[in-house]
Amino acid sequence: MEKTGAAILGSGNIGTDLMYKLLRSDTVQPTVMAGIIPESDGLARARREGLTTTYEGIDGLLEHAGDFEIVFDATTARAHAAHAPLLKKAGKVAVDLTPAAVGPYVIPLVNLDAHVGEPNVNLVSCGGQATVPLVSAMGACAPVEYAEIVATIASRSAGPGTRQNIDEFTDTTARGLEKIGKAARGKAVIVLNPAEPPILMRNTVYGMLEPADPERIRQALADMVRRIQEYVSGYRLRAEPLVEDMPEGKQKVTVYVEVEGAADYLPPYAGNLDIMTAAAVRVGEEIGRHLRAGTWRKR
Amino acid sequence: MSDDNHIHILDSTLRDGSHALSHQLTAVQVARVAQGLNDAGVEIIEVSHGDGLGGSTITYGFSKQSEFELLDAAAGVVDRGKLAVLLLPGIGTKDDLARARDMGAQVAQIATHVTEADVSEQHIELAKKMDMEVIGMLMLSHMGSPEKIAEQGKLMESYGADVVLVTDSAGALLPPTVRERVRALRDAIDIGVGFHGHNNLSMAMANSLVAIEEGARWLDACTCGLGAGSGNTPTEVLVAVLDKLGKYETGIDLWKIMDVAEEIVKPLMQKPVRIGKTSLTMGYAGVYSSFLLHADKAAAQFGVDPRDVLVEVGKRQAVGGQEDILVEIAMGLAKEKEQGTG
Repeated sequence: MEKTGAAILGSGNIGTDLMYKLLRSDTVQPTVMAGIIPESDGLARARREGLTTTYEGIDGLLEHAGDFEIVFDATTARAHAAHAPLLKKAGKVAVDLTPAAVGPYVIPLVNLDAHVGEPNVNLVSCGGQATVPLVSAMGACAPVEYAEIVATIASRSAGPGTRQNIDEFTDTTARGLEKIGKAARGKAVIVLNPAEPPILMRNTVYGMLEPADPERIRQALADMVRRIQEYVSGYRLRAEPLVEDMPEGKQKVTVYVEVEGAADYLPPYAGNLDIMTAAAVRVGEEIGRHLRAGTWRKR
Repeated sequence: MSDDNHIHILDSTLRDGSHALSHQLTAVQVARVAQGLNDAGVEIIEVSHGDGLGGSTITYGFSKQSEFELLDAAAGVVDRGKLAVLLLPGIGTKDDLARARDMGAQVAQIATHVTEADVSEQHIELAKKMDMEVIGMLMLSHMGSPEKIAEQGKLMESYGADVVLVTDSAGALLPPTVRERVRALRDAIDIGVGFHGHNNLSMAMANSLVAIEEGARWLDACTCGLGAGSGNTPTEVLVAVLDKLGKYETGIDLWKIMDVAEEIVKPLMQKPVRIGKTSLTMGYAGVYSSFLLHADKAAAQFGVDPRDVLVEVGKRQAVGGQEDILVEIAMGLAKEKEQGTG
């Protein structure tokens, strides 16, 4: 099958992990990686895998503009704000893994269809990717009055960007629960745990639902977990979802999930980063399918 | 007496005490307690959800009344003392802090796990920009070596904190381990040093005194000891002990703070604060005190021993904020029991 060319902007941990995942894709071909540090490990690995590389950032990348249609941005929010208009001008579709959120939030199984044709889409946050689909599954059974998530990640998997602006995680994830998960109100908490050996990313997802059939809720959650596992292999339930009767026939739902990374480049405990790169691949594949069919254009 | 003999007491009855009351405080109750503390001469009076601003959640327990209403009630009566709030980055946000400042909070306690001080940079900077006094808290200090505490305290100092507290969230420290931590912190930073104790091993008072000997001048306490786990250092007892030592002054009137304890706080208590088997296990195993009522509840719901739940919490090296794992653990233990593999 003809593959859609893609570039990776950023040669750090995320960009490099993403490259290995894209190399396995049947429909997207990574062709160029751009960094800003000539001796970076990511660029060296990209060269070994046959990608064109440049250490001149976005400018160097755009010199090879004929080789790709999609650009995955794995730099920083500030850098992406500068990259976004340049990519748009060059006619490239940007998949933004940073918190910049220039374009709309997308979660692969939930709302990508609503944003076909956007020049730029954003992947929310790791907590959002891990939990919003579950809230959306609850919402398919009954309106969700309130959704709350607690994401616990290994300290070693939280980089300086996350640490210096931890509110960005809580605010962005809460907005994702509301806007994409369709909870009337959302709240997100993040906990960093320094245990050694490092813990896997774990998430607790609570939903307060209008009256609904508990069996239907369990089924919807099981289906959603299975569909997420198709692109995030280490995503799994830690226990059976707990569905508790509340007054007036309402239901309180609790789901415990953990995410073990595929360890393509990042360590296996960094499930929080793995789910971002895995979601990016899934989004890129969908965009590629539309581009090849000529259906990725602004309606 | 010289300034060096002044002990700054922060009374956290209306914050740490919120845990022991399952966050059911009302504005009327808060106003009465805050008024009493203010009139007794308490320097800093803290009002927040037990888990800090933004803590009202399924995970930590919903507040009966919003913390901003509670803060407003306290602001209406506190004129001598300073009003404080707690914020845990990851739970509360800068917006919450700004709102608390607008409502009259003058002191911000910003708390992180003992190894994670760098998540507090933006919150401390914002508090300083809003002209607040900042007390950094290194929670679960027993999990960090003296060297680690010195290193993390220096980070908080570099962000602008005015004080850093060795925070014994699990009530697991003993006088020798308090001494080495406070000493390391005092040697490392040029700002104030303090201590926040829990009484799970009956050490809160002894630990507070050792901390003072090592140079701590900022002490957290709760009237009647009303706080998470087996409670905190009791404010009225701390004042009595410091008076009796004769070397230190707190600005607090002993008779009046005893009256506040007896007449205002004690009637609010749903049960006596004591060292029960669950909270003793917390001190012994080094588990975050705020887990107490959640662990008891989860254990009761699934018919398992709360101590087994806490031992598992310890095995997983859970930190503050991970209350969400208690039900999962209790559920898992119940399943093991049922299958006869426990």
